[in-house]
Amino acid sequence: MATNTQIPVADRRVPVIAPGHTFSTIGEKISNIVLSRPVSLGWIFGFLIVFSMMNMLMMALGYLFIKGTGIWGINIPIGWGFAIVNFVWWIGIGHAGTLISAILCLLRQTWRNSINRFAEAMTLFAVACAGIFPLAHTGRPWLAYWLFPYPNTMRYWPNFRSPLVWDVFAVSTYFTISLVFWFVGLIPDFASLRDRAESTLVQRIYGLLAMGWRGSARHWHRYETAYLLLAGLATPLVLSVHTVVSFDFAVGIVPGWHTTIFPPYFVAGAIYSGFAMVLCLAIPIRAIYGLQDFITMRHLENAAKVMLATGLIVAYGYGMEAFMGWYSGSQFDSFLLWNRLHGPYRLSYAALLACNIFIPQVLWLKKFRVSTGWLWLISFVVLVGMWLERFIIVVVSLSRDFLTSSWGQYYPTKWDWMTFAGTIGMFLTAMWLFVRILPMISIFELRTLLPESQVHEAAEVKQ
Amino acid sequence: MTIETSESPIYGLMAEFDSAQELVAAAHKTHAAGYQKIDAYSPFPIEGLAEAIGFHKNSVPLVVLIGGLIGGISAYALQYWVAVITYPVNVAGRPYHSWPSFIIVTFELTILFAGLSAAIGMIALNGLPMPYHPVFNVPEFAKASENKFFLIVFSSDPKYDAARTRSFLNDLAPRMIAEVPS
Repeated sequence: MATNTQIPVADRRVPVIAPGHTFSTIGEKISNIVLSRPVSLGWIFGFLIVFSMMNMLMMALGYLFIKGTGIWGINIPIGWGFAIVNFVWWIGIGHAGTLISAILCLLRQTWRNSINRFAEAMTLFAVACAGIFPLAHTGRPWLAYWLFPYPNTMRYWPNFRSPLVWDVFAVSTYFTISLVFWFVGLIPDFASLRDRAESTLVQRIYGLLAMGWRGSARHWHRYETAYLLLAGLATPLVLSVHTVVSFDFAVGIVPGWHTTIFPPYFVAGAIYSGFAMVLCLAIPIRAIYGLQDFITMRHLENAAKVMLATGLIVAYGYGMEAFMGWYSGSQFDSFLLWNRLHGPYRLSYAALLACNIFIPQVLWLKKFRVSTGWLWLISFVVLVGMWLERFIIVVVSLSRDFLTSSWGQYYPTKWDWMTFAGTIGMFLTAMWLFVRILPMISIFELRTLLPESQVHEAAEVKQ
Repeated sequence: MTIETSESPIYGLMAEFDSAQELVAAAHKTHAAGYQKIDAYSPFPIEGLAEAIGFHKNSVPLVVLIGGLIGGISAYALQYWVAVITYPVNVAGRPYHSWPSFIIVTFELTILFAGLSAAIGMIALNGLPMPYHPVFNVPEFAKASENKFFLIVFSSDPKYDAARTRSFLNDLAPRMIAEVPS
């Protein structure tokens, strides 16, 4: 049998899982973070901070519900402001999770197995944060269900030709499918936690969630089919979501919005910022919870490379916008370009170019890709840059459109800032709880990365 | 290691193995020996294990196809009905049946219904949620979600015979054999 054993081709790269691990050490290491690791003072302290930030969101929203959107800095001509900037930013961040879990699954990039769970969690929390903004922006969020088609006494139906209605369907489908994908991935791990739990209560809770999963070969067979199909369905979905978000802009006629490059450019930007968020979270988490064996430098480097590649697509998008501003010969488009470079928001635009295009180019050098400190910093810069990008798209285009008489400036209020910071708090609160309640790395998928899980010799044994 | 349970009926005979390779080999042999009602348990999906116990095709893809079709057709039908029949709004003289605008919602609902069918279909076809299952009566089975591999011959198998099945399983050199009370 030994002669048949496949010896892996010598690989100079860092392995995706550190040597010396067995099926049980993987389970032990990951589930102990949830089951037996004591709650540290640092965790509580951090939780208090992010939880207070989340409560700031509650206050900001509470006041908004009482007073209305007048407390925000939005007004004509800039009716969208922070609400839509933050919505697009958060939705974009979510995209990396689905890219990692679905697209890299279809492409058989097995390194994804150690980061997909947590990236999917990030997707869910980011989409939840994103959803708050358009909801609050409707002005009367308690009537937001009017956006859905349902028989009602007003005998009214939504306008299916409107990109804003498309958005409702795209984002709610995205959230639902991400949740389902995440939950399906968690079922076998819930079973692992159930079987490892020592207290009856914990065992009951995970047992309920595992729904009686027992790892039967028939079950695994259906499970793998379903998982693959979900990945296949989530792949076009994730590409469609930011495409639809970009239609909110591209279908309008405002200069700087009405371009055909928006869908691919938005999707690339979404993945760009999403990977930046993955790195911003993964680097501290792997250090704090000692997960360097599972989230190795290989993962961080790969994520950095994806960031570099999508960043270049985004740079191409900027270049193309500038080129079309000149080439179209439309005075409004060329004015938009001038306005971005020299208008009142020129500093934001300069910062955007620095954050999204120039600074991330250092990722070409391996030195920066393998240094966690640099990588974290660059990712943070990209997150800021991508937020500025949405700010530029939303605010600069609206502030000066066709008629000089309708020009205006946008000044965010403290409520705008509180809402934005509050969603960051909500996102981090959810992450804070997630790492202690659920296995943040997929236990069973990590096990399949061990050579012992491969049964290629079995075919010979049969004869 | 045998669990003696004389009163309760026997659900099956379970053998425990140390590695995925041993389990697949044992499953092949058991299936080849003519046992039909068998199952294998592992902490992670093993390529070829389902085939080894004679389970080749599952109907999840069909469920997903049906779900996706229902989602897509109903989404388009809803939009057509709303925009053309029940609530026509004339926007700058454009046709009521402006199908390019309807593609996105049709697409999204196709994905939504297909995805939900994949998850719910998989769970339902697997017979989950299942609050009680006899295999958990074997204490060693707790390791089935960790690092041990199990093969079971159900007592409902026509070829099942307490003594002969046990000696057959014994020949597969398992770590232990246990009777599973139902």
